[in-house]
Amino acid sequence: MAVSIDFLVGHLNYWLFILLMMTGLYIVVARGNFVKKVVGLNIFQTSVFMLYVSMGKIEGGTAPIFPTDLNIDPEVLYSNPLPHVLILTAIVVGIATTSLALALIVRIREEYDTIEEDVVQEKEAKIVEEENKSFGPALGGQE
Amino acid sequence: MMATEDLHHTATTFMDHLPILAVLIPFFTAPVLVLIGNRGLAWPLALIASALSLLVSFLLLLEVMDGDIISYHLGGWAPPLGIEYRIDAANAFVMFLISGMATLILPFARDSVRAEIEERHHVLFYTLFLTCFTGLMGVVATGDAFNVFVFLEISSLSTYALIAMGAGRDKRALTAAFNYLIMGTIGATFFVIGIGLLYQMTGTLNMADLADRIGDQSDSRTIRAAFAFIVVGIGLKVAIYPLHLWLPNAYVYAPSVVSAFLAATATKAAIYVLLRFTFSVFEPDFIFGVNTLEWIILPFAILAMFAASFIAIFQNDLKRMLAYSSIAQIGYMLLGIAFLSETGLAAAIVHLFNHGLTKAALFMGVGVFAVAAGGSFYKQLEGMGKRLPWTSFAMVIAGISLIGVPGTAGFVSKWLLIEAALEKGWWPVAILIVASSLLAVIYVWRLVEVLYMRPAAAEVQPVSKTMVATTFVAAALCVWFGLATGITVDAAHQAANGLLAGSAGMR
Repeated sequence: MAVSIDFLVGHLNYWLFILLMMTGLYIVVARGNFVKKVVGLNIFQTSVFMLYVSMGKIEGGTAPIFPTDLNIDPEVLYSNPLPHVLILTAIVVGIATTSLALALIVRIREEYDTIEEDVVQEKEAKIVEEENKSFGPALGGQE
Repeated sequence: MMATEDLHHTATTFMDHLPILAVLIPFFTAPVLVLIGNRGLAWPLALIASALSLLVSFLLLLEVMDGDIISYHLGGWAPPLGIEYRIDAANAFVMFLISGMATLILPFARDSVRAEIEERHHVLFYTLFLTCFTGLMGVVATGDAFNVFVFLEISSLSTYALIAMGAGRDKRALTAAFNYLIMGTIGATFFVIGIGLLYQMTGTLNMADLADRIGDQSDSRTIRAAFAFIVVGIGLKVAIYPLHLWLPNAYVYAPSVVSAFLAATATKAAIYVLLRFTFSVFEPDFIFGVNTLEWIILPFAILAMFAASFIAIFQNDLKRMLAYSSIAQIGYMLLGIAFLSETGLAAAIVHLFNHGLTKAALFMGVGVFAVAAGGSFYKQLEGMGKRLPWTSFAMVIAGISLIGVPGTAGFVSKWLLIEAALEKGWWPVAILIVASSLLAVIYVWRLVEVLYMRPAAAEVQPVSKTMVATTFVAAALCVWFGLATGITVDAAHQAANGLLAGSAGMR
């Protein structure tokens, strides 16, 4: 597979998809703030929306709306609407995930008084320490 | 324009609509519970819905036991354009497991939920339980790749909320749910990327149609990338060993009912998806797939069997021990898949059922102990054999089934698994299966020791009789399916045959 300008430009939507996907995934992994994690997750999901939506594009294709008299001209190229429909569903799923995540963060804030992962982990480590003191030690597997 | 619709409308009688009913019954009951909003009515309605769904699944299983396949066209739109529900022995069997577990666990749920969850959340709890149940049934019933994703997310989203309901007892349920949400969403998104790549190469989403079209271009790099994305994505939901990190905390801090239901069904439905995609969509002779199974899935399966069992031995909390044991047991199922033989697949499918049942019994027992002793740390359970003899006895029976002692359900699946290993000539693997079962002996023995050989605590809280009774019924079923092996083993062999036939088995 020779790398040419055509290859780079012709696959522009994939490059952007990979860039967005990795940006999102990196934020999820690298950020300790729960809200930032959710933002990262959103970017990650959005990259997939873009992958789907861009694959429905057909060069020279028009909007996939049939004329009302149903006299379809076989010469006319239509874009593929199915990926868009699929991604509508995925967007709904994404919104549900985001709202649930934010609701959980609100509850975490109420209980732990912080939305930073490391502070939460410190507090949880203390609880585990207390538990081990009163109920006997455990070896690993509690993080 | 709609004239062609009638042609495809093959479903005419009530029986023809069974595949969709199994999913629709809990799906419609869930919002009804919220609309009624009555605490007293929520539980009976949920129980009726899951029992009806169980009945439907049972009828479906009877219909496909002889190798038939039911193809149901949603809204009468013919596949591959329309969404199709395709029921064969493999998914009828898993649907039977899921609906059976829901029906078994709900009687237990009534008093357990009263003890563990705030009153104002009861109606919502049962609603979420039913949506989770709907999602799992849908994942298994559907023959459409994108539909799998949608149902997977329906079940996952309700699972996150269900786990977070454990926050009333331990606030760590919230972070457990949040972590699961992050990892689960990454998994689901990977899965969707995989499906997107497949759609790009084939232009179809129907599984049988996908299988046909992949056949011609199985050495395409895009198809391989799609396979990798799908396996990793669903691997997160299955909790394949290095991808298991969400599981222990989620199981430990979730309410007991939720732990029991998830351990029995959620990972099992995910394993079914893995099976369906590896065998029906990508076909067994998809050479790249074969290598993946032997060189990636097999080592991780064995790693899970040992590493997770070792961690389970050194826990101080019964519930966490069971969570790690679940990860180890998932290793056995993956091992069965990695053998890539009919016996191996049958072993994986039988183990999927038997382990679901066993773990449901064990987690229900933990639920009883949690009410009686206020927690599930070994220290709190000392001498429970005297205070709660029936529950303790049920726990021991289920524990024995977890080890795989003859006469219990666990034995049947391990026997098949070893048979599959020997059939392949992989005797070191057979030895490893036995060796890891010995680790299970150790962690189950610790439980027996705590329950029966320590001085009993002075006072325990009274526990509900229905909770004890359902736990006992679940344990008794472990023995029943260990003795009457015909039903499960036959169905599993039928399912394995169908799966190994690849896309030919899908029509």
